[in-house]
Amino acid sequence: MIDRRLFLGRAGLATGLLLGPRLALAAAPTDRRLVFIILRGAMDGLATVMPVGDPAYAALRGNFGPPPAAGAPLPIGAMFALHPALATTAALYAKGEALFVHAIASPYRERSHFDAQNVLETGGTAAYALKDGWLNRLLPLLPVAREPAVALSPTVPMALRGSAPATSYAPSQLPDADADLLARVSAMYAGDSQLHALWSQALDARTMAGADAQGRSNPVTLAKLAATFLAKPDGARVAVIEINGWDTHSAQAGRLNNQLKQLDGAIAALHAGLGADWARTVVVAATEFGRTVAPNGTGGTDHGTGGVALVAGGAIKGGRVVADWPGLAPGQLHDGRDLRPTADLRALFAGLAAEHFGLDPALVARTVFGSDPVRPMTGLVRV
Amino acid sequence: MVIATPAAFAIAHNRFGLGTRADDAAVADPRADLIRQFDRFDPRPATIAAVPGSAVMARQFREYLAQIRPFLRANGLGNGMAEMPAAAMPARSTEADIRRDLRRQYQDNYGGQARARIAAALTTPAPFPERLVHFWANHFAVSADKLQTIGLAGTLEIEANRPHIGGRFVDLLLAVERHPAMLLYLDQAQSIGPNSAIGVAARARPNARRQPGLNENLGREILELHTLGVGSGYTQADVQQLAQALSGWSVGGFVRRQIGIEAPDGAFVFQPAWHEPGARSLLGKRYDQPGEAQARAMLADLAVHPATARHLATKLTRHFVADVPPPALVDRLAAAHVASGGDLMAMYRLLVAAPESWAVATPKFKTPWDWTISALRAVGAGNAPDLRVVGALGQLGQPIWRSGSPAGWDDIAASWAAPDALLRRVETAGRIAAQAGDRIDARALAPKLLPGVLTAATAQAIARADRPQQGLALLLSSPEFLRR
Repeated sequence: MIDRRLFLGRAGLATGLLLGPRLALAAAPTDRRLVFIILRGAMDGLATVMPVGDPAYAALRGNFGPPPAAGAPLPIGAMFALHPALATTAALYAKGEALFVHAIASPYRERSHFDAQNVLETGGTAAYALKDGWLNRLLPLLPVAREPAVALSPTVPMALRGSAPATSYAPSQLPDADADLLARVSAMYAGDSQLHALWSQALDARTMAGADAQGRSNPVTLAKLAATFLAKPDGARVAVIEINGWDTHSAQAGRLNNQLKQLDGAIAALHAGLGADWARTVVVAATEFGRTVAPNGTGGTDHGTGGVALVAGGAIKGGRVVADWPGLAPGQLHDGRDLRPTADLRALFAGLAAEHFGLDPALVARTVFGSDPVRPMTGLVRV
Repeated sequence: MVIATPAAFAIAHNRFGLGTRADDAAVADPRADLIRQFDRFDPRPATIAAVPGSAVMARQFREYLAQIRPFLRANGLGNGMAEMPAAAMPARSTEADIRRDLRRQYQDNYGGQARARIAAALTTPAPFPERLVHFWANHFAVSADKLQTIGLAGTLEIEANRPHIGGRFVDLLLAVERHPAMLLYLDQAQSIGPNSAIGVAARARPNARRQPGLNENLGREILELHTLGVGSGYTQADVQQLAQALSGWSVGGFVRRQIGIEAPDGAFVFQPAWHEPGARSLLGKRYDQPGEAQARAMLADLAVHPATARHLATKLTRHFVADVPPPALVDRLAAAHVASGGDLMAMYRLLVAAPESWAVATPKFKTPWDWTISALRAVGAGNAPDLRVVGALGQLGQPIWRSGSPAGWDDIAASWAAPDALLRRVETAGRIAAQAGDRIDARALAPKLLPGVLTAATAQAIARADRPQQGLALLLSSPEFLRR
């Protein structure tokens, strides 16, 4: 039996620009799943994947680790150690189903959360330069179902906004409106193009979520819900989850421990909820920028530059930290205070998308990430 | 003389105000009435005056600290730090109990403040200034996420924003930046200059568990969010200079008192021994004032800086006119801000006078807050909102004072007009209509709320409803009612 994804990849290469996206639309839906977890607030990459082997690390951060009650850092090789809150992720790492890309950043080099998140999500080189999200621009390249993408939030985040259809869903504690009212609202919105489109998507998503639509919105329940959407044979193939609260200017030890537990719990929920589909899944978690190498005076860290991205999934060639390590000595830092980025998040996203969905990397780089030259990373996904 | 059209009545109430009430009387000149509302705006109506303020929040926090400090010391976390994360790891059940008690206390306070805000929005005789209170609270957002800010976030709006809504921007800015909610939310309250008396003394004890230091969070957000705006040309050096000037700005009752001067609970206090000494340079200008006056002088200049004027003008125009603000109107507002020395009324007057504000064809999509308040006003809700209204705002995606970031909520349709958010509004409309019962005839109410705006299609959908409650739910869900 011919491998459909491989076939698509070859067909894409052979026909190139002429047919690329259209061919994809005509094909049967992919069985590959992609989850993007947006870590809003700037996760401290140096406290998440600690470069304990760097000669400068002990002096800078030796006394700034996880709280004692959280347990000891988990060594992964001689150079790095994982924060102990990432227990499930560490187990996946040991099985070769998780990896980290360190010293990575978007092209943004200022220190505004909001601008940096816009760059992270639009996939542009400057804030507000692009009006749609990189995941939305990826969707037309995929052989996907009618509702290819879902954001597990009440509104669609920037990463998924754009002209391709994408929906959003979050569990509601409000009582359901009666079916007759919903039908009459459908009729009332028929003449309003904006509301008609939103309303149709909302009703479809609610039908799709079915019995899993209960419960409060924390990252773990959202990840469970995402798995429900992704596991359906005709369901979404791209999902976005947001985890807020990473801006640890003070009392970082306890707060980061809680944040990382949430992230780890979300990964665990995806792993459990996807079942056999986990083997065909890539999860990538990224944040808008890193944090300062030196702690500040209030037990926290301030806005920085280079950070870490987490990649997990059964489709990953994991069990390693991908890094061109820039070093923590004073002369090696960006602006004398931040981890210097040696990898580009757009290259990670482009590489993962191309290898995972069997697309031409050059096509992904050009179509999704625009004119600025991005060299997609390679060798991340089992193809 | 301008003749007020029915649509002008609708815009004055729905776009500038908080939504029409059935008993709103027609006025001859809606534009003049909007400005006159500032004369009858009450910064401290009875419902709001009844809510405990930041001094009480500070006292409750001090009492909590006294109980929990022994546990923190035992865990090696003490070190005089007042700040605790909202969900830190409980080491023992008693410690968790103490924290839970304060959380409950603060959540009760939060609920009381939120209900007072809703009551004021439902009953105010001055909806335009009241809307501006909400606008500025969002501009100077403090999110009730950290344990301290759960009880304090609402007091910022009550104590710092409301009194200055129609005054000079510099007074509003100073009131906000000196308020305990802001000082604690953006980590200013314990920022200590490295060359201050305390900073120097700490370096003489190199084995101290934690060296005091500067925190640049508030300084950065003042430049990025509160005044100049991101991308307006300031640098990281400017952030640091402002942060150094701000060192020593702190709060009584919340922070380590053994190394600072005493101050009443929740009151602004300047700690001279924490202040980074020396002259500073911000945006190329030298500031050699001593102590507290240095950052004050910087804020006074920032308040009337042309970049600040443009930033504020853009946000106000986006709020009242269009997601993409017309550049010519932004130019006019910004010029008026500078020319008036930062008198907020100058910008408000221009907004009310601008033809762009009265264009019927380009309404703004209501935020969940706008929609909920206008729906409750539409059904004549009065003084005592149910606590469930506070919860519903969370379900609709915009919990009060909980934007999650100092940037506040977005003010564009793309952030609010989303599939699931729309479904929740319709569900909530059904709920509000069910509570209103059959006492409201939506067929008669619709043209009162939406004069000159109501479409034949919506009127027909309402008329065909199978019962009054359904007709009202359709009115509150209608395309015209979702926009302002």
